[in-house]
Amino acid sequence: MEQNSFFKGIKDGLPICFGYLSISFAFGIFAIGNGLTLIQAVLMSMTNLTSAGQLAAVPIICSGGALAELAVSQIVINLRYALMSVSLSQKLGKSVKMRDRFWMAYANTDEIFAVASSQESVGKKYFFGLMLTPFLGWTLGTLLGAGAGNVLPEIVVSSLGIAIYGMFIAIVMPKVKRERPTALCVGLAIVLSVMFYYIPCLKTIPSGFTIIICAVVSSATFAYFAPINVCGEDEENV
Amino acid sequence: MYNYFVYLALMAGVTYLIRMLPLVLVKEKIKNKFILSFLYYIPYSVLSVMTFPAVFYSTGNVVSASVGTVVALILAFFNKSLVTVAGLSALSVFVVELLTKIM
Repeated sequence: MEQNSFFKGIKDGLPICFGYLSISFAFGIFAIGNGLTLIQAVLMSMTNLTSAGQLAAVPIICSGGALAELAVSQIVINLRYALMSVSLSQKLGKSVKMRDRFWMAYANTDEIFAVASSQESVGKKYFFGLMLTPFLGWTLGTLLGAGAGNVLPEIVVSSLGIAIYGMFIAIVMPKVKRERPTALCVGLAIVLSVMFYYIPCLKTIPSGFTIIICAVVSSATFAYFAPINVCGEDEENV
Repeated sequence: MYNYFVYLALMAGVTYLIRMLPLVLVKEKIKNKFILSFLYYIPYSVLSVMTFPAVFYSTGNVVSASVGTVVALILAFFNKSLVTVAGLSALSVFVVELLTKIM
Protein backbone atom coordinates (compact mmCIF):
# COMPACT_ATOMS: atom_id res chain seq x y z
CA MET A 1 0.00 0.00 0.00
CA GLU A 2 1.50 3.27 -1.08
CA GLN A 3 1.73 5.76 1.75
CA ASN A 4 0.75 9.00 0.09
CA SER A 5 -0.78 11.17 2.79
CA PHE A 6 0.71 14.65 3.05
CA PHE A 7 -0.47 15.03 6.65
CA LYS A 8 1.00 11.72 7.73
CA GLY A 9 4.25 12.95 6.24
CA ILE A 10 4.08 16.14 8.28
CA LYS A 11 3.32 14.16 11.42
CA ASP A 12 6.21 11.74 10.88
CA GLY A 13 8.54 14.61 10.12
CA LEU A 14 7.96 16.61 13.28
CA PRO A 15 10.27 14.62 15.59
CA ILE A 16 13.00 14.97 12.97
CA CYS A 17 12.32 18.71 12.88
CA PHE A 18 12.84 19.08 16.62
CA GLY A 19 16.05 17.07 16.53
CA TYR A 20 17.31 19.22 13.66
CA LEU A 21 16.50 22.44 15.49
CA SER A 22 18.90 21.62 18.29
CA ILE A 23 21.71 20.24 16.15
CA SER A 24 21.54 23.02 13.58
CA PHE A 25 21.52 25.54 16.42
CA ALA A 26 24.88 24.17 17.52
CA PHE A 27 26.05 24.21 13.92
CA GLY A 28 25.02 27.85 13.57
CA ILE A 29 27.16 28.77 16.54
CA PHE A 30 30.05 26.69 15.21
CA ALA A 31 29.85 28.36 11.80
CA ILE A 32 29.91 31.85 13.25
CA GLY A 33 32.74 30.86 15.57
CA ASN A 34 34.78 29.89 12.52
CA GLY A 35 34.17 33.17 10.79
CA LEU A 36 31.14 32.67 8.57
CA THR A 37 28.45 35.32 8.50
CA LEU A 38 24.88 34.53 9.48
CA ILE A 39 23.70 34.58 5.88
CA GLN A 40 26.54 32.29 4.78
CA ALA A 41 25.71 29.78 7.53
CA VAL A 42 21.98 29.78 6.81
CA LEU A 43 22.52 29.44 3.07
CA MET A 44 24.82 26.49 3.65
CA SER A 45 22.18 24.74 5.74
CA MET A 46 19.42 25.49 3.26
CA THR A 47 21.32 24.17 0.28
CA ASN A 48 22.92 21.11 1.86
CA LEU A 49 20.90 19.54 4.69
CA THR A 50 23.79 17.51 6.06
CA SER A 51 25.28 17.88 9.53
CA ALA A 52 28.52 15.97 9.05
CA GLY A 53 29.19 17.44 5.62
CA GLN A 54 28.57 20.98 6.79
CA LEU A 55 30.69 20.49 9.88
CA ALA A 56 33.61 19.33 7.77
CA ALA A 57 33.13 21.99 5.12
CA VAL A 58 33.32 25.00 7.43
CA PRO A 59 37.00 24.66 8.41
CA ILE A 60 37.95 23.94 4.81
CA ILE A 61 36.18 27.01 3.50
CA CYS A 62 37.35 29.27 6.31
CA SER A 63 40.96 28.30 5.83
CA GLY A 64 40.75 28.87 2.10
CA GLY A 65 41.14 25.23 1.19
CA ALA A 66 41.41 23.90 -2.34
CA LEU A 67 38.18 23.28 -4.22
CA ALA A 68 39.26 19.68 -4.77
CA GLU A 69 39.64 19.17 -1.05
CA LEU A 70 36.12 20.43 -0.45
CA ALA A 71 34.60 18.44 -3.29
CA VAL A 72 36.27 15.13 -2.55
CA SER A 73 35.73 15.36 1.20
CA GLN A 74 32.05 16.10 0.65
CA ILE A 75 31.80 13.09 -1.65
CA VAL A 76 33.38 10.76 0.89
CA ILE A 77 31.46 12.11 3.87
CA ASN A 78 28.16 12.07 2.03
CA LEU A 79 28.79 8.81 0.20
CA ARG A 80 26.32 6.99 2.41
CA TYR A 81 23.56 9.04 0.80
CA ALA A 82 24.29 7.30 -2.47
CA LEU A 83 23.52 3.96 -0.86
CA MET A 84 20.44 5.39 0.79
CA SER A 85 19.23 6.69 -2.55
CA VAL A 86 19.69 3.29 -4.14
CA SER A 87 17.76 1.78 -1.26
CA LEU A 88 15.04 4.42 -1.36
CA SER A 89 14.59 4.10 -5.11
CA GLN A 90 13.45 0.52 -4.55
CA LYS A 91 10.62 1.77 -2.36
CA LEU A 92 9.11 4.59 -4.38
CA GLY A 93 5.45 4.15 -5.23
CA LYS A 94 3.52 4.72 -8.43
CA SER A 95 2.74 8.35 -7.60
CA VAL A 96 6.41 9.21 -7.84
CA LYS A 97 7.32 10.27 -11.38
CA MET A 98 10.86 10.58 -12.67
CA ARG A 99 10.78 14.35 -12.31
CA ASP A 100 9.82 13.97 -8.62
CA ARG A 101 13.00 12.04 -7.93
CA PHE A 102 14.94 15.22 -8.65
CA TRP A 103 13.46 17.18 -5.76
CA MET A 104 13.10 14.20 -3.46
CA ALA A 105 16.82 13.53 -3.73
CA TYR A 106 17.55 16.94 -2.19
CA ALA A 107 15.96 15.91 1.12
CA ASN A 108 17.33 12.38 1.41
CA THR A 109 19.01 12.87 4.79
CA ASP A 110 19.77 10.15 7.36
CA GLU A 111 16.65 10.68 9.39
CA ILE A 112 14.24 11.38 6.53
CA PHE A 113 15.54 8.33 4.73
CA ALA A 114 15.11 6.16 7.84
CA VAL A 115 11.48 7.21 8.32
CA ALA A 116 10.62 6.96 4.63
CA SER A 117 12.17 3.48 4.51
CA SER A 118 9.93 2.26 7.29
CA GLN A 119 6.95 2.69 4.94
CA GLU A 120 6.12 -0.16 2.62
CA SER A 121 5.88 2.15 -0.38
CA VAL A 122 6.64 5.87 -0.47
CA GLY A 123 4.29 8.29 -2.20
CA LYS A 124 5.29 11.77 -3.36
CA LYS A 125 2.79 13.68 -1.23
CA TYR A 126 3.88 11.77 1.84
CA PHE A 127 7.55 12.44 1.15
CA PHE A 128 6.87 16.11 0.56
CA GLY A 129 5.13 16.39 3.93
CA LEU A 130 7.93 14.42 5.54
CA MET A 131 10.70 16.71 4.32
CA LEU A 132 8.95 20.00 4.94
CA THR A 133 9.28 20.54 8.69
CA PRO A 134 12.80 19.08 8.97
CA PHE A 135 13.93 21.49 6.25
CA LEU A 136 12.37 24.39 8.16
CA GLY A 137 13.85 23.16 11.45
CA TRP A 138 17.32 22.78 10.01
CA THR A 139 17.25 26.25 8.46
CA LEU A 140 15.62 28.01 11.39
CA GLY A 141 17.91 26.33 13.91
CA THR A 142 20.95 27.49 11.97
CA LEU A 143 19.54 31.01 11.84
CA LEU A 144 18.90 31.07 15.58
CA GLY A 145 22.26 29.55 16.43
CA ALA A 146 24.15 31.89 14.18
CA GLY A 147 22.23 34.84 15.58
CA ALA A 148 22.43 33.78 19.20
CA GLY A 149 26.12 33.01 19.12
CA ASN A 150 26.98 36.57 19.95
CA VAL A 151 24.36 36.98 22.60
CA LEU A 152 24.77 33.77 24.57
CA PRO A 153 27.27 33.59 27.42
CA GLU A 154 30.57 32.01 26.48
CA ILE A 155 29.99 28.99 28.69
CA VAL A 156 26.78 28.09 26.84
CA VAL A 157 28.45 28.41 23.44
CA SER A 158 31.28 26.25 24.72
CA SER A 159 28.94 23.51 25.94
CA LEU A 160 27.05 23.40 22.67
CA GLY A 161 30.32 22.77 20.87
CA ILE A 162 30.05 19.13 21.81
CA ALA A 163 26.43 18.64 20.70
CA ILE A 164 27.09 17.62 17.11
CA TYR A 165 29.78 15.17 18.22
CA GLY A 166 27.35 13.76 20.76
CA MET A 167 24.98 13.09 17.89
CA PHE A 168 27.70 11.35 15.87
CA ILE A 169 28.53 9.16 18.87
CA ALA A 170 24.84 8.31 19.26
CA ILE A 171 24.75 7.17 15.63
CA VAL A 172 27.92 5.07 15.71
CA MET A 173 27.78 3.47 19.16
CA PRO A 174 24.77 1.14 18.66
CA LYS A 175 26.45 -0.49 15.65
CA VAL A 176 29.81 -0.72 17.41
CA LYS A 177 28.09 -2.38 20.33
CA ARG A 178 26.47 -5.02 18.22
CA GLU A 179 28.82 -5.69 15.33
CA ARG A 180 32.41 -6.70 15.79
CA PRO A 181 33.69 -5.84 12.29
CA THR A 182 32.12 -2.40 12.50
CA ALA A 183 33.66 -1.87 15.93
CA LEU A 184 37.10 -2.82 14.61
CA CYS A 185 36.65 -0.66 11.53
CA VAL A 186 35.75 2.28 13.75
CA GLY A 187 38.74 1.48 15.96
CA LEU A 188 41.08 1.54 12.98
CA ALA A 189 39.54 4.75 11.72
CA ILE A 190 40.10 6.41 15.08
CA VAL A 191 43.69 5.21 15.32
CA LEU A 192 44.41 6.62 11.87
CA SER A 193 42.64 9.85 12.67
CA VAL A 194 44.64 10.35 15.85
CA MET A 195 47.87 9.65 13.97
CA PHE A 196 46.98 12.26 11.38
CA TYR A 197 46.22 14.71 14.12
CA TYR A 198 49.44 14.46 16.08
CA ILE A 199 52.25 13.02 13.97
CA PRO A 200 54.36 15.95 12.67
CA CYS A 201 54.49 15.29 8.94
CA LEU A 202 50.95 13.91 8.80
CA LYS A 203 49.34 16.77 10.62
CA THR A 204 50.11 19.19 7.83
CA ILE A 205 47.62 17.39 5.63
CA PRO A 206 44.41 19.46 5.51
CA SER A 207 41.37 18.22 7.41
CA GLY A 208 39.31 17.35 4.36
CA PHE A 209 41.92 14.99 2.95
CA THR A 210 42.55 13.49 6.38
CA ILE A 211 38.92 12.50 6.69
CA ILE A 212 38.98 11.01 3.21
CA ILE A 213 42.16 8.99 3.75
CA CYS A 214 41.31 7.63 7.18
CA ALA A 215 37.71 6.75 6.38
CA VAL A 216 38.42 5.21 2.99
CA VAL A 217 41.39 3.16 4.21
CA SER A 218 39.53 1.73 7.20
CA SER A 219 36.29 1.09 5.28
CA ALA A 220 38.04 -0.51 2.31
CA THR A 221 40.14 -2.70 4.59
CA PHE A 222 37.12 -4.07 6.36
CA ALA A 223 35.03 -4.27 3.20
CA TYR A 224 37.73 -6.55 1.89
CA PHE A 225 38.36 -8.65 4.98
CA ALA A 226 34.92 -8.58 6.55
CA PRO A 227 32.29 -8.16 3.85
CA ILE A 228 28.76 -7.77 5.09
CA ASN A 229 26.04 -10.31 4.46
CA VAL A 230 23.96 -10.25 1.33
CA CYS A 231 21.13 -7.84 0.84
CA GLY A 232 22.93 -4.72 2.09
CA GLU A 233 19.95 -3.83 4.19
CA ASP A 234 21.71 -2.52 7.27
CA GLU A 235 19.17 -0.14 8.67
CA GLU A 236 17.05 -1.48 11.50
CA ASN A 237 13.31 -1.01 11.34
CA VAL A 238 12.61 2.43 12.67
CA MET B 1 40.89 31.67 -1.38
CA TYR B 2 37.72 31.73 -3.34
CA ASN B 3 34.54 33.69 -3.03
CA TYR B 4 32.26 31.96 -0.53
CA PHE B 5 29.59 31.35 -3.13
CA VAL B 6 31.99 29.35 -5.27
CA TYR B 7 32.60 27.01 -2.34
CA LEU B 8 28.90 26.88 -1.52
CA ALA B 9 27.81 26.10 -5.06
CA LEU B 10 30.41 23.35 -5.34
CA MET B 11 29.49 21.85 -2.00
CA ALA B 12 25.74 21.98 -2.56
CA GLY B 13 26.18 20.62 -6.07
CA VAL B 14 28.26 17.68 -4.92
CA THR B 15 25.94 16.81 -2.05
CA TYR B 16 22.93 16.99 -4.32
CA LEU B 17 24.50 14.92 -7.07
CA ILE B 18 25.44 12.17 -4.63
CA ARG B 19 21.85 11.93 -3.52
CA MET B 20 20.25 12.48 -6.91
CA LEU B 21 22.22 10.36 -9.35
CA PRO B 22 21.55 7.00 -7.69
CA LEU B 23 17.91 7.84 -7.07
CA VAL B 24 17.39 8.73 -10.72
CA LEU B 25 19.72 6.26 -12.40
CA VAL B 26 19.70 3.11 -10.35
CA LYS B 27 16.72 0.91 -10.86
CA GLU B 28 18.13 -2.42 -9.68
CA LYS B 29 19.98 -3.17 -6.49
CA ILE B 30 23.75 -3.05 -6.30
CA LYS B 31 25.08 -6.59 -5.97
CA ASN B 32 28.85 -6.26 -5.70
CA LYS B 33 29.80 -7.36 -2.18
CA PHE B 34 32.87 -5.21 -1.84
CA ILE B 35 31.04 -2.04 -2.88
CA LEU B 36 28.08 -2.83 -0.65
CA SER B 37 30.36 -3.53 2.30
CA PHE B 38 32.41 -0.41 1.67
CA LEU B 39 29.27 1.71 1.51
CA TYR B 40 28.10 0.04 4.70
CA TYR B 41 31.21 0.85 6.71
CA ILE B 42 31.78 4.33 5.34
CA PRO B 43 29.30 6.32 7.45
CA TYR B 44 30.63 4.86 10.69
CA SER B 45 34.27 5.37 9.81
CA VAL B 46 33.61 8.91 8.56
CA LEU B 47 31.76 9.94 11.71
CA SER B 48 34.41 8.33 13.93
CA VAL B 49 37.24 10.10 12.13
CA MET B 50 35.43 13.42 12.39
CA THR B 51 34.74 12.90 16.10
CA PHE B 52 38.11 11.70 17.36
CA PRO B 53 40.24 13.42 18.46
CA ALA B 54 38.45 16.66 17.48
CA VAL B 55 35.74 16.23 20.12
CA PHE B 56 38.29 16.81 22.86
CA TYR B 57 38.90 20.31 21.50
CA SER B 58 35.29 21.17 20.78
CA THR B 59 34.60 23.03 23.99
CA GLY B 60 36.31 25.62 26.18
CA ASN B 61 38.80 23.14 27.62
CA VAL B 62 39.94 19.54 27.29
CA VAL B 63 38.69 18.52 30.73
CA SER B 64 35.07 19.54 30.15
CA ALA B 65 35.22 18.06 26.64
CA SER B 66 36.48 14.76 28.00
CA VAL B 67 33.69 14.59 30.54
CA GLY B 68 31.15 15.40 27.83
CA THR B 69 32.60 12.71 25.59
CA VAL B 70 32.43 10.06 28.29
CA VAL B 71 28.84 11.04 29.07
CA ALA B 72 27.95 10.79 25.38
CA LEU B 73 29.62 7.38 25.07
CA ILE B 74 27.76 6.03 28.09
CA LEU B 75 24.37 7.36 27.03
CA ALA B 76 24.86 6.12 23.48
CA PHE B 77 25.86 2.73 24.82
CA PHE B 78 22.46 2.56 26.46
CA ASN B 79 20.80 3.42 23.16
CA LYS B 80 19.51 6.83 24.15
CA SER B 81 18.12 9.02 21.40
CA LEU B 82 20.27 11.40 19.35
CA VAL B 83 18.87 14.47 21.02
CA THR B 84 19.21 12.98 24.51
CA VAL B 85 22.85 12.07 23.98
CA ALA B 86 23.71 15.41 22.39
CA GLY B 87 21.75 17.43 24.92
CA LEU B 88 22.95 15.70 28.06
CA SER B 89 26.57 15.66 27.00
CA ALA B 90 26.33 19.41 26.32
CA LEU B 91 24.75 19.82 29.73
CA SER B 92 27.55 17.90 31.43
CA VAL B 93 30.11 20.14 29.72
CA PHE B 94 28.20 23.13 31.00
CA VAL B 95 28.20 21.78 34.55
CA VAL B 96 31.91 21.01 34.51
CA GLU B 97 32.80 24.44 33.17
CA LEU B 98 30.52 26.08 35.69
CA LEU B 99 32.17 24.15 38.50
CA THR B 100 35.68 25.03 37.36
CA LYS B 101 34.64 28.68 37.27
CA ILE B 102 33.24 28.61 40.77
CA MET B 103 36.15 26.74 42.36
